[in-house]
Amino acid sequence: MQIKDEIYKFFGGIKPNGHKNISTLNPIKKISIPKKLIIPVRQHVGKMPNIIVSEGEYVLKGQLIAEPVTNVSAATHASSSGKVISIKKEDIPHPSGLPDMAVTIETDGKDKWIELEKFQTSKLSIETLLEKMRFSGIVGLGGATFPTHIKLNINKINTLIVNAAECEPFITCDDMAMQEKTDDFLLGIKEVMNLIKIPQAVIGIEENKPLAIEKLSKSIADDNSISLKVIPTVYPSGDEKRLIYLITGIKIAKEKRPAEYGIQVFNVATLISIARFFNHGEPVISRIVTVTGNVKKPNNYEALIGTPINELLRDAGGDTNKEIIMGGPMMGFKLPSTNIAVTKAMNCLLTITDEMENKPSYEMPCIRCTKCVDVCPAQLQPQELYWHAKSSQFEKLTNDYKLFDCIECGCCSYVCPSNIPLVQYYRYAKSEIREQKQSLDIADIARERNDFRLLRIDREKRERAERNAQRRSQVSEDDKKKLIDEKKAAIEAALNRTKEQNL
Amino acid sequence: MIASILILLGITLIIGITLGYASIKFKTEGDPIVDKIDKILPQTQCGQCGFPGCKPYAKAISNGEADINQCPPGGDEGIHKLAELLGVEYKPLNAEHGEPKPKSIAIIDEETCIGCTLCIQACPVDAILGAAKQMHTIIEKECTGCELCLPPCPVDCIDMQVIPETTDNWKWKYPIFKINQKNKHAN
Amino acid sequence: MKEYFLIIIGVVFVNNIVLTKILGLCPFMGVSKKLDTSLSMSAATAFVLTIGSITSWLVNYYLLIPFNIEYLRTIAFIVIIAAVVQFTEMVMEKNYPYLYRVLGIFLPLITTNCAVLGIPLLNAQLSHNLLESAFFGLGGALGFSFVLILFASLREKFEGADVPESMKGTAIAMLTAGLMSLAFMGFIGLDRI
Repeated sequence: MQIKDEIYKFFGGIKPNGHKNISTLNPIKKISIPKKLIIPVRQHVGKMPNIIVSEGEYVLKGQLIAEPVTNVSAATHASSSGKVISIKKEDIPHPSGLPDMAVTIETDGKDKWIELEKFQTSKLSIETLLEKMRFSGIVGLGGATFPTHIKLNINKINTLIVNAAECEPFITCDDMAMQEKTDDFLLGIKEVMNLIKIPQAVIGIEENKPLAIEKLSKSIADDNSISLKVIPTVYPSGDEKRLIYLITGIKIAKEKRPAEYGIQVFNVATLISIARFFNHGEPVISRIVTVTGNVKKPNNYEALIGTPINELLRDAGGDTNKEIIMGGPMMGFKLPSTNIAVTKAMNCLLTITDEMENKPSYEMPCIRCTKCVDVCPAQLQPQELYWHAKSSQFEKLTNDYKLFDCIECGCCSYVCPSNIPLVQYYRYAKSEIREQKQSLDIADIARERNDFRLLRIDREKRERAERNAQRRSQVSEDDKKKLIDEKKAAIEAALNRTKEQNL
Repeated sequence: MIASILILLGITLIIGITLGYASIKFKTEGDPIVDKIDKILPQTQCGQCGFPGCKPYAKAISNGEADINQCPPGGDEGIHKLAELLGVEYKPLNAEHGEPKPKSIAIIDEETCIGCTLCIQACPVDAILGAAKQMHTIIEKECTGCELCLPPCPVDCIDMQVIPETTDNWKWKYPIFKINQKNKHAN
Repeated sequence: MKEYFLIIIGVVFVNNIVLTKILGLCPFMGVSKKLDTSLSMSAATAFVLTIGSITSWLVNYYLLIPFNIEYLRTIAFIVIIAAVVQFTEMVMEKNYPYLYRVLGIFLPLITTNCAVLGIPLLNAQLSHNLLESAFFGLGGALGFSFVLILFASLREKFEGADVPESMKGTAIAMLTAGLMSLAFMGFIGLDRI
């Protein structure tokens, strides 16, 4: 498929102030090994992996502490060497504030690596490599955390699109990664292209990253299979389907995946971790986190997975008493407490600025101005979705108004003049609809089981009746008399025995 | 006078014949509304409605013997859906048939269980695993929370446990935001 | 040709049977809660009205007037309309059982719909010929359907609105019907065409 030079423009989108330059002044800073690492066992979408270490056990850096179960599951590794001091439910970064299983490691400071398995990617088959990747802990590090080995298990891909857009304001971790880890990044792209034989790759990068663009264009100047496409700074151009449209002009149908069109999209950090895994055998044990917002020294930090975020905030001069958002201002969520640790999904820690706090937060009635319709990148009707979600009328939302096409980007809430938190209503409606569907499925199974039980009881009754009828027809009149006499005699004998015993 | 009688008679005769012929041509059997009602009911098979299961209650509703507000596990939403399907007015839940309870599943205290199989016979969806003089246990995934196994147990070893909220079954809540009062005593 | 067009415009907009003549309010209020029931109700009423007005005109012209028994007009029309409604009911029960069930009591109530009796009586009163009566009946049906569908769409929108507790249900519906009637008064100027 030919990539044309033209850059397409998708419908909608907003252009908020990026606030990116405050966190790109200094290079990435490595946070020293913390005393305790609180590693949540599940940091991906899918099933909870099996914990294979126990309390009191000494683990090495990069050691597998939870192995994946069925296919949609990923592994978790120890980020540094030390002793496992507890395996129990801890606070995790989740919008609900509910705890989940986590392994706490008390580090010994030695940071000793486990013996890493180095392998030659060119000598092994795809199946072997994907099987090894299953234990590498590599998931989508852009925030979606979908296990990458499943995404790579598809052939017939003819274009690899690298998502270097980073469209959300305040976040700059991918930008700094591209500037400082350019070699690993390009190596990662080449590894993926060689693994499943993708002929060409396009890096989609927003124009607000001039340093990264310059460095990348120099590095790929000799390579014809990788090209760089600079796209305008519009939120949400980093969304998968919007990015594909921007670069190739292909509109992915609402129910289909990009893989069905021969396109696969990967994030910058994911590709860097793929390069480190294939060339050094290193699993995912650290990530780059942008700490920005209302902090004295906003910066990007390379932190081990499981580092308590208080350490990052302290180093950046932040106030742990203020509210902190994990993610960006558009799609992030408020952390329920600061008592949590860095996970694979944590790309940014945003302390609420005074500007955000002073915005009026009360919801006013919808005036049907349809500013939200003008900016929705999925071309939905947010005011209708809001109307039906608010009054909990869920039947129309799925089919007529296509609620599940909403990517929850937040453009509609951003422009609403009545300060209506539109995305919260859609999330509520989606949860309720999903739960209703689940209840229907459970009810169907219960109905089947009940029907089968009634059938079984019926069948047993019938069989018993048949057996009785057969038995009765076999026994003749004389035999019946004999049986009755025998039974009478037995009863008399028993009565006599008891009389003798009582005497 | 005679003309009027004859003409009216004539009109009614013609209409009567046409309608009689049409009623034979357009004959219909009963209408499968019972299945549609059954699809709305939550299939807990608890019997709180007064009928031995969800299908008998659905049959009773379609015959007009039962009202639509007798199912506590279905809750208000269930009554609304039934009202919409049947084209009748919504009625609030009849308190005689029970209050809606949070979703729970049964659990057997294994130290007390004597293996009598009475609960296995009572379970409407066969969610209890066990045999005579063997340990009984509840298959969590299949339990509908109907509580029919609690009365038969002779040693009272079955308890109902509310399903806890975890990250797996957590739902986004209806958005309610507090309004900050900045100037309480503005004058 | 122009007269037939004018009859239809007149009956649909200027002299709308529901909002201007205030006939046929029973199904208008009762069935308009959902859009699909109102669509099927308007189809059923349209069928009954057209067939009913044509048959009524035929009976009036060929049987009642020649024999000078116009005083039997009302009874004869009611009998005919009842028969047509019965026929429609049977067809609906066979082919659209779901809609038949949802419309419930309102389907046989088309017999007592004052619009369905009113239009044939108006035809006789205004001495229309056959074609004019047919168009009048068709126009009446169109006007009824038009307003019913509009009203049903409005009522569906109300489900999500923040209506005060005391006004929920029929109260707000009546208010809306009154406002719609006021709005349709604006069409009176159309008869200048």
